[in-house]
Amino acid sequence: MSAALALPRHSLVLAKRNLIGVLRNPEALIDVTVQPMIFLALFTYIFGGAIAGGSQQDYLQFLLPGVLAQTVAFGAVAIGVNLNTDIEKGVFDRFRSLPISRSAPLIGAVLADIVRFTLLCVVTIGFGYILGFRAATGPLEVLAACGIVIAFALCLAWASVFIGTIARTPGAVQGIVFLIMFPLTFGTSTFVPVDTMPGWLQSFTDINPLTHLIGTLRALLLDQPMGNHLLWTFVSMAALLVIFVPLALRGYGRRA
Amino acid sequence: MDYAIEAEGLRKRFGDTQALDGVSLAARRGSVLGVLGPNGAGKTTAVRILATLIQADEGTSRINGIDVAREPGKVRETIGLTGQYASVDELLTGEQNLVMIGQLLNLSGKQARARAKELLAWFDLTDAAKRPAKTYSGGMRRRLDLAASLVGRPSVIFLDEPTTGLDPSKREDMWGVVRSLVHDGSTVLLTTQYLEEADALADEITVIDKGAVIAHDTPDGLKRVVGGQRLTVRPTDPTRLDDAEALISDLAGTRAERTDRGVVSVPVSGDEVLGDAVYRLNEAGIAVTELSLHLPSLDEVFFTLTGRTEAAAITQEVHA
Repeated sequence: MSAALALPRHSLVLAKRNLIGVLRNPEALIDVTVQPMIFLALFTYIFGGAIAGGSQQDYLQFLLPGVLAQTVAFGAVAIGVNLNTDIEKGVFDRFRSLPISRSAPLIGAVLADIVRFTLLCVVTIGFGYILGFRAATGPLEVLAACGIVIAFALCLAWASVFIGTIARTPGAVQGIVFLIMFPLTFGTSTFVPVDTMPGWLQSFTDINPLTHLIGTLRALLLDQPMGNHLLWTFVSMAALLVIFVPLALRGYGRRA
Repeated sequence: MDYAIEAEGLRKRFGDTQALDGVSLAARRGSVLGVLGPNGAGKTTAVRILATLIQADEGTSRINGIDVAREPGKVRETIGLTGQYASVDELLTGEQNLVMIGQLLNLSGKQARARAKELLAWFDLTDAAKRPAKTYSGGMRRRLDLAASLVGRPSVIFLDEPTTGLDPSKREDMWGVVRSLVHDGSTVLLTTQYLEEADALADEITVIDKGAVIAHDTPDGLKRVVGGQRLTVRPTDPTRLDDAEALISDLAGTRAERTDRGVVSVPVSGDEVLGDAVYRLNEAGIAVTELSLHLPSLDEVFFTLTGRTEAAAITQEVHA
């Protein structure tokens, strides 16, 4: 078999391993299934009326793209924690002693996340429809939104993978990644329009990649103007890959 | 000389700890090299360097003549590694674990399944093949881990304390596996804390302590230095210790020593001395709570080789 195809093939074998793990441990999917449902229901019915000045329906329309992005951010925690656990348990020692590329186990783990984030889109939009969410656009735009969500999630996953390779314990990975994701998910337009925030905070929301992801999703799902959101979303995805893929590979290679 | 494993002057430092301080090892093709030492001696570090998992700070090593630091990818094609902690994927079944390794070694799905079946049968795991590895007992996990390291039919196999924590009957099984691997032409590097195990399996033994080699010899040569079998007696009545000492000194033809509180011990040659000891003690009316014939423990080996007793403290901690 050709050497050039070895990396994708090995990565797929290892992705399958991760998926079997998910199937055996369905509770590992809570963060991309139950959690977005809770956030949708919680914010729509408890805070929605107050935030949107009475109309929970209008608020649900505004909220759903934000919850998609927020769940992507928090859903990234799992991959770093799992990776760190694998390293700690010695499973990765086996992979590292095999004649396969050192990146294959990491790529395999990221590929397996496609399934998790596809599930996230289906559950969040599906549950949103039950609550009364309606996309203002056609099925193609909705599919495009899901595609962007998944692609962004896979890029962001590398940051968590990097933390997973350098942190000492799975608990530490969880703590660090959550700490990074909190300001990113709240310092943006997930729950409220950014123009209600003070100026200094708006300068943060402007450079927050999630602001542009949410902007892109609102454009695709609610037929709002796209502006530069899609461009900046692609730029931040590329930046995540350029920065964190080499760091993650280096961290993994150095891990004794 | 045709060596499958060669290492010269390996040094490795982790922070303030000098894990390896100039270790050299060599194993002839088709032989078993036993690396004997207490916990923290540097055995695992040496194995991890040779198995390409970490790089040495200094020194060179070759597997089948291939430089480990320069061509780790090539080395990985010829080695199998079984770590101290069974590194199997707990969520996968035994069969899935082995098939996955086979596919990573570029076997087709069909070939990988056939190889997995073969190994599961060899390691007596066929009945458990479809169960997740997390339901396995410690011994089963070790066997699965060893099977995983053999999927690619490696010519050089590293076994890092393969029997630590196994009960004695399972240990014998593991020894049988090691012997059959060598019979099939593989070279095995085995680390252990038990002289008995190194003696049973190894063609040559390297003793390491605090990151340095303190002895290298054949098992017989090493036993000549540290003493072969010893007869140990613990009288039930401590006041009979002098009598017991005189009796076994006479039996062995050399002076017995008091190696521990209420215990006398003497080096002996040949197993028949045990029967004589039972007879003579009975005749003299000395009841015993302990009467054993054994190779020196790691503590005793280290005491002889280094004149220190730290090894004793360390190994006791491990067994506690």
